[in-house]
Amino acid sequence: MAPFHQEHEPLGGKLVTKTTVVCAILALIAAFLLAKRMVLGLGSVTNLNNGFPWGIWIAYDVVIGTAFACGGYAMALVCYILNKGEYHPLVRPALLASCFGYTLGGVSILFDLGRWWNAWHILVPQYMQPNSVMFEVALCVMSYILVLWIEFSPAIVSKVPALRPHKRKLEKTLFVFVALGCLLPTMHQSSLGTLLVVLGYQIHPLWQTPLLPVLFLSSAICMGFSIVVFEAVLGSAGFKRSIKHEMPQLAKIARIVQGFMVAYLVLRFGDLIVRGELGAVFNSGLRSLMFLIEIVLFATPIVLFSKQSNRDSRKGLFIGAVAMLLGGALYRLDAFLVAYDTGPGWHYFPSVSELMVTFGIIAAEVLLYIVFVRKLPVFYTHKLTAEDLAAAHEK
Amino acid sequence: MAVNRRDFLKGAAGGGAALATAAVATAPAQARENKPMPPNAVGLLYDSTLCIGCKACVAGCKEANDLPPDFNTAEQLWDTPIDIGPKTFNVIKLYASGTAEHKDQEENGFAFVKKSCMHCVDPSCVSVCPVSAMTKDPQTGIVGYDPDICIGCRYCVLSCPFGVPQAEYDTPTPKIKKCEMCRHRQAEGKIPACAEVCPTGATVFGPIAAIDAEIARRRAMVPGETATFERRTLGSGDVHEKAAPKYLEHVYGEKEVGGTQFRFMSSVEFEKLGMPALRDKSYPSDSEGIQHTLYSGMIAPAVVFAGLVWAAKRASHVEDEHPEE
Repeated sequence: MAPFHQEHEPLGGKLVTKTTVVCAILALIAAFLLAKRMVLGLGSVTNLNNGFPWGIWIAYDVVIGTAFACGGYAMALVCYILNKGEYHPLVRPALLASCFGYTLGGVSILFDLGRWWNAWHILVPQYMQPNSVMFEVALCVMSYILVLWIEFSPAIVSKVPALRPHKRKLEKTLFVFVALGCLLPTMHQSSLGTLLVVLGYQIHPLWQTPLLPVLFLSSAICMGFSIVVFEAVLGSAGFKRSIKHEMPQLAKIARIVQGFMVAYLVLRFGDLIVRGELGAVFNSGLRSLMFLIEIVLFATPIVLFSKQSNRDSRKGLFIGAVAMLLGGALYRLDAFLVAYDTGPGWHYFPSVSELMVTFGIIAAEVLLYIVFVRKLPVFYTHKLTAEDLAAAHEK
Repeated sequence: MAVNRRDFLKGAAGGGAALATAAVATAPAQARENKPMPPNAVGLLYDSTLCIGCKACVAGCKEANDLPPDFNTAEQLWDTPIDIGPKTFNVIKLYASGTAEHKDQEENGFAFVKKSCMHCVDPSCVSVCPVSAMTKDPQTGIVGYDPDICIGCRYCVLSCPFGVPQAEYDTPTPKIKKCEMCRHRQAEGKIPACAEVCPTGATVFGPIAAIDAEIARRRAMVPGETATFERRTLGSGDVHEKAAPKYLEHVYGEKEVGGTQFRFMSSVEFEKLGMPALRDKSYPSDSEGIQHTLYSGMIAPAVVFAGLVWAAKRASHVEDEHPEE
C-alpha cells in the first residue's frame, strides 16, 4: 500500500511563456523548411548525397529521438512487467514524452522518404519484404506510436466528458497494450542497431559487430530510464513541483542504469577483444576520439551512481542521467554517421536548414509536452504539506 | 500492494544476465548461406585489357536508358560524368601510374576500369528494400528497380558495398537510378547497350555459364600468343585477333560478396582500379541471419508477448484494488 494518497492532476499555469513562444517559433521555422523540402526536394534543404544518403534527420530525429523516447518503455518494464507499483507516479509523464518523441520521429521519417506518397506500401502484403530490417523497424514503430497513445489515452479520456463512460472498459483492456508497449520497443530498438549490420565494411570496426542489436537495445533502455530522471529533475525546477516523494524511485533507477552500463561496457570491450579490434580504439583518429568520449560518458553513471549520496541528490542524478543520455546519443550518431565510410570522396555535415528542422522538431516536442502537462492529468500530485510546497517553490 | 520488494541490485544484475543471454542468442546468427546463382543467369564480362577507353558504352547506355548529359565543366557543352550517378549508369575510368606509358601495366602504366551495377548474386539492395521495389529476377538474376513501389528510403544506396544505386535529391519526385542490364532491351531480344556498342569486345554479354567458360579460356591463354576475342555476345562469331595479355588469376566478381553477374578481368590489381577488397560472404547473409534467428516464424516474439501479457495482467490486477478515482 502506498504511504500516501496520490492522484494525477493537470499542473495548470500559463501556456504563453518565454519558453513556449521560443519553441513555437522554432517549430514554425522547421515547418517552413519542411514545406520547402516538399516542393523542391531533399537537396534544397539538406546536404544529403549518394555517399551519405542518410543524414541527421535519420540519425537524430529517428534513431536518437526514439531512444530518448524510451522512458515510457523503461517505466512500463519496471512498473507493469516487474510489477513495482512504486514507480507508478513516474509512468504517465514518461509515456507522454514517449508519445511525442515517437510520433514526431515517425512524422520526420515521412519527410525524409523521397517517395513518401508510397509509404503505405509497407502495409501491402504483396510488397512487404520481411528480410529487410527496415521493414521490421517501420512496422514496429508505426504500431508502437498507436500503442503509446492508447497507453496514454486514460489521461485524455478522463478530460473528455463524452468518453468518460468508456474509461473503465479501456482500463480493463489496457494490459494488452502495456504488453505490446514492451514488446515492440524491444524489437525495433534492437533492430535499429541491426540496420547497420548489412553495411558490413562500410561501418568502422569499432562499431560494426553482430552485437549491434544487443548494444542498441540495452543503451536504449538506459536512455529511457535516464530521460525519466532527467525530466523529473528538470520538471521539478521548471514547473516548481516537489519530487520529494519520487526521489527514492529515481535513486533505484540510477542503480538499474549503473548495472546495465557495467554489462554494456563489458560486452562492448569483450566484443572488441573477441574480434581482435581493440587496437582500433587508439589508432583510428577522429573515430578513436569519438569512441573514447562515448566510453567516458557511459562510465560516468557507473562511477557517479556507486555513491549513495549522489543517487539521493538531484544534482548527482541529473549529471549521471545527462551523461548517459549524451553517451547513448553519441553512440548512435557515431554508428550511423561517423563510423560510415562508403568510399573516397564523400563528405557530409548537416546544413543549417537541416539542423533547424531537427531543432524545430525538438522544440515542438517540448512545446506539446508543456501544453499537455498543464492541461491534462499527467503528473501525480502528492499530498504535500505547506512547508513542502514552500520549500519546492524556493528551489 | 503487497509486492515483495527485491533488492534492486538484483534487478541490475538481472539486466546484465538478460544482456548476456541476448548476446548468446545472436551468436548463431551466421546461419544463413550465400544465395545460389539463378538458373538462367545472364551477365556481362568486362576485360580491362581489351578496353581502349572510347566510352562508346557510356554513350550507348545513355541513349538506351534515356539519360540526360551529366555536365561537370563550366561551359556545359559535353557529357562529362566523373562517376556513376543519377544521370549515368556506367562510366569508364582510367588508372595511371608514373609515366603511364604501357597499357595494362601497374608501374609506369595505365588501365581502364568500367564501373556499373555488379548484379550481385546475393544483393544487399534487394535484401534491405522494405517494400520489394528492388528485386532480383529469379531466372535471369538481373537486379531491377520499380519506382512505382519505392518509398525512397535510400537504404539500398546506403547498403550497396559498391556504391551503385543513386538517389536524386534535386526533385520532389526522386527515383533510385542504376543499371538494370538493359532488361527492357533484353525483353525485345536485344543485348545490353554497353555490350552492343563496344568495338573491341571489352564488354560482352552472355549466360553466366558461357562467361565462366570464357573466363577459363582466357585464363589458360599464353601471354603474347595470338588469341581470339568475340564482340557483343559470347558465341556471336564476330571475332577479332589480338596478342593475349597476362591476366591476373583473380577475376573480380567470381567470389566477392557471394559472387556477381558482372565479371571483371584485368592485368592490374583491382584495388589499384578502385574496386573494394571484399570478403566472399554476402552481407545480407549476416543481417538476415540475425533477423531469421530472432524472428523465425515469429515464435520468439510470440512467447515473449505471452509472458508480457501475463505480467501486465497481474500488475493491472494489483491496481484494481486501489482505484484512482
